[in-house]
Parts: sequence; structure tokens; C-alpha cells
Amino acid sequence: MTALAALLLRDTRLAVRVGGGALMGVLFFLLVVTMVPFGVGPDLKLLARIGPAILWIGALLATLLGLDRLLAADHDDGSLDLILMGHAPLELAVAAKALAHWLTTGLPLVIAAPLFGIFLNIDGSAIGIVALTLLVGTPALTFIGLIGAALAVALERGGLLLPVLVLPLTVPVLIFGIAAGDAAILNAAPFGAPFLILIALTLTSVVIGPVAAAAVLRHGLD
Amino acid sequence: MEWIALANPSRFLALAERLLPWLAAATALAFAAGLYAAFFVAPEDYQQGATVRIMFIHVPGAWLGMLGWAIMSVAALGTLVWRHPLADVALKTAAPIGAAFTFVCLVTGALWGRPMWGTYWVWDARLTSVLVLFLMYLGLIALWRAIEDRARAARAAAVLTLVGAVNLPIIKFSVDWWSTLHQPASVFRVGGSTIHPAILAPLLVMALAFTLLFATLYVSAMRNEILRRRVRTLRLLQVQTVQGA
Repeated sequence: MTALAALLLRDTRLAVRVGGGALMGVLFFLLVVTMVPFGVGPDLKLLARIGPAILWIGALLATLLGLDRLLAADHDDGSLDLILMGHAPLELAVAAKALAHWLTTGLPLVIAAPLFGIFLNIDGSAIGIVALTLLVGTPALTFIGLIGAALAVALERGGLLLPVLVLPLTVPVLIFGIAAGDAAILNAAPFGAPFLILIALTLTSVVIGPVAAAAVLRHGLD
Repeated sequence: MEWIALANPSRFLALAERLLPWLAAATALAFAAGLYAAFFVAPEDYQQGATVRIMFIHVPGAWLGMLGWAIMSVAALGTLVWRHPLADVALKTAAPIGAAFTFVCLVTGALWGRPMWGTYWVWDARLTSVLVLFLMYLGLIALWRAIEDRARAARAAAVLTLVGAVNLPIIKFSVDWWSTLHQPASVFRVGGSTIHPAILAPLLVMALAFTLLFATLYVSAMRNEILRRRVRTLRLLQVQTVQGA
């Protein structure tokens, strides 16, 4: 347990002190949100209607952007090999790394989302609900992305392959995240059911992601 | 000969050579019967006219596209649990074939949708989940091409295949939920939910024909892949002996 805590602390410290990955993700998120009105026009009503979708897709893309840093740096300097040989179960070790990655890249996106919601003319209580769905849903994106990050390390080839592999798997999270977010905008839409399913998806991917990523690392790096 | 002995690539090659002509002949026969029934025996739908015949290609394509992933999942277990080279071959060669059948399903679906729904594409639940399946096939093929070391590629692809096998039902379910939320399913239930026996029988024959076609292509693709690997090994050996001399 202490080893996992140390790993979590180390990764968080590294991410905060080196490189500014968290800020870069938020900046990218802001850029996506800024680009959409140029695409669909400055109609505030329309923007308010599709606001949750824009925030979710922006968060999804920003999460993907940071994924290749999740394991690649440790692979380059050899610490991933130490983790592989260590006593801590590999599944839990990569889960700790993914959690640290979410804390430093996913959580800033969630914190920034309410501010960006104002740009999109989403009103107060709705912003809170969308941010809540992001808080619950973005861990699923990171933990699904963990599989892609492990594959990218095993292949020693990242680039576009990682999003191509990861994006189809994130379809359910996107669907239920946006559905729950839409409930804040459309009064008729139900909130409880999609929100609970979103929680279920997050819990499922917290299990599947580390197990699959550990399998990839065990079999892929020899 | 025990069934497990087929896992030996040489025995598999021998069996494939014997089996392939029969499989190909059975495929041709089944297609002849199925296409005849589809075009001349099956009645036209009272609403859709002759376009209902697209179904005889469309629906088996979808079934075989899904079967492809199921076969790959079994092969993926063989790769991860036993690290068997033949399982790697089975895993690798199923992906392009499954993708091709899924593509047939998508294209015929679009051609069918044009006269029926007035548009080539609607974001209907079934179409969308088949599209996601197709994209996952393409991602998997891209993964195979990204790694040079074949054994490592097989293991990475096996994990992704199993993750996909777990996720595909979830994706299917969520896309169903998503689409029914936005648009009622009844609109896109063309031809009604129950299928008349006069149409069902040709459909089943065509499904059999598609399955035989899949089997023929699959066995020959596996044979080709084994031979390709042998050629590669021989070439490497040749280079080594030339350098050694």
C-alpha cells in the first residue's frame, strides 16, 4: 500500500512540477471551446443547447491529448521496468499511475469546465450539473485511455494510433455523460438514469482499464 | 488424429488444402441457391418493393461481422493463455475478413436506406453500433500494422480484442439507449418486426452461404499467413547463411 501511495505521490509531484501538462490540457480545452462558435456561429441559444456536448467533447479530446505521457515517460527512463519487477501488483500500480494522471489532467478540466460553460451561455445550475457529470465521467476516460497508453508503450509508437484505438471505447461514456448533462438544459430529459449508468461505466472502466493495461505491459515488454 | 493436433501448423495446412475445395464448392452452391431464392422465390414487400431483397445481403453481412469479433476473442484467449502461433494467425487473419463483412453491411444498409428513408445515412442505433464495430476493426488492423515483432503484436492485439469483446455489448446498449432517446425506434422498423417465412427461408440460406464464404476466406487467409511466415523465416535463414559463409 505504501508503495502505491509513494507512486501516486511521485507521479502527482512530477506532473505538477515538470512540463505543465495540466495547464496545457486546460488550454487545449479552452481552445476547443473557442473553436466551436467559429464553426457553428455565435448563436447563443444554439450554443446553450449544445453546450454540454461541446464541454464533453472538449474534455474528451483534452484527455486524449495527455494520454501518451501517462506511461511513456516512465518507459523512457526505465522506471516502468522497476514497477514491472516490483512487489506491488502491476494492476494496482498502473491504477495508481492513472489516478495520479487523472488528478493532474482530468481534475483541472473539471474545475475549468464551469468557467468555459459561461462562454457557452449555459446558465448557473446547469453548469453545476455538467461539471458534476464531468467529475464523474472523466475518470472513465482516463482509465479507458490507460489501455491505449499501455499499447502505445508496448508498440513504441504513439501518434494517431492511440486515439484511434481509444475513441471507439469511449462512446458509452460520451453518450451517458452528455445525456445526463442535457437533462440540465432540457427539462423533459431524465437525469437520474444516465447519471447512474455513467457512474457504473466509470466503475467498470476503473476495473477493466488497469487489468487490460497490466496484461499489455506484461506481454508486450519482454 | 486428435482434435488438438490441428493446432500444429503443418497439420492445419494439410487439412486446409483438403478442405478448401469442398468449402469453396459448398459456398458456390449455397450462393446459387440463396441468390435464386432471394431474387425469384421471395415475394416483394408490399411497401418496399424489390428493395427488400437488399436484406438478403445486408443482414448476413451484419451477422458475420459480429461473428468475426467472436472468433477473434476465442483466438485471443489462445494467444494469451497458450501463446500458440496458430492462435496468433487465427487472430490476425480474422480482422480484415470481419471488417470486410461489416463494410458490406454498412454499404448495403446505406443503399437500402436511400429509397426507404430518403437518405443514405441516419444515426439509427443499429447503423451507429455497426459503424463503431467497423471502426474498432480498423483500429485493430492498424494496431497489427504498427508492430513489427509478430508475437508482441499478437499479444497486444489479443488484449485489445478482449477489451473490445467486453465493450461492444456496452457500446451496443448505450447506442440503443441514445438513439431511442432522440428518435422513436418505430420509424426505422421498416418491414415490421416479424418476418414472413417466405422471406425468412431465403434469408437463412443466404446466411448459410455467407457463413461458408467466411469459412472459405478464413481458412485460405490462415493458410496464406502461415505460408507467408514460413517464407519470411526461410528468407531470414538464407540471409544468415549467406552472411555466415
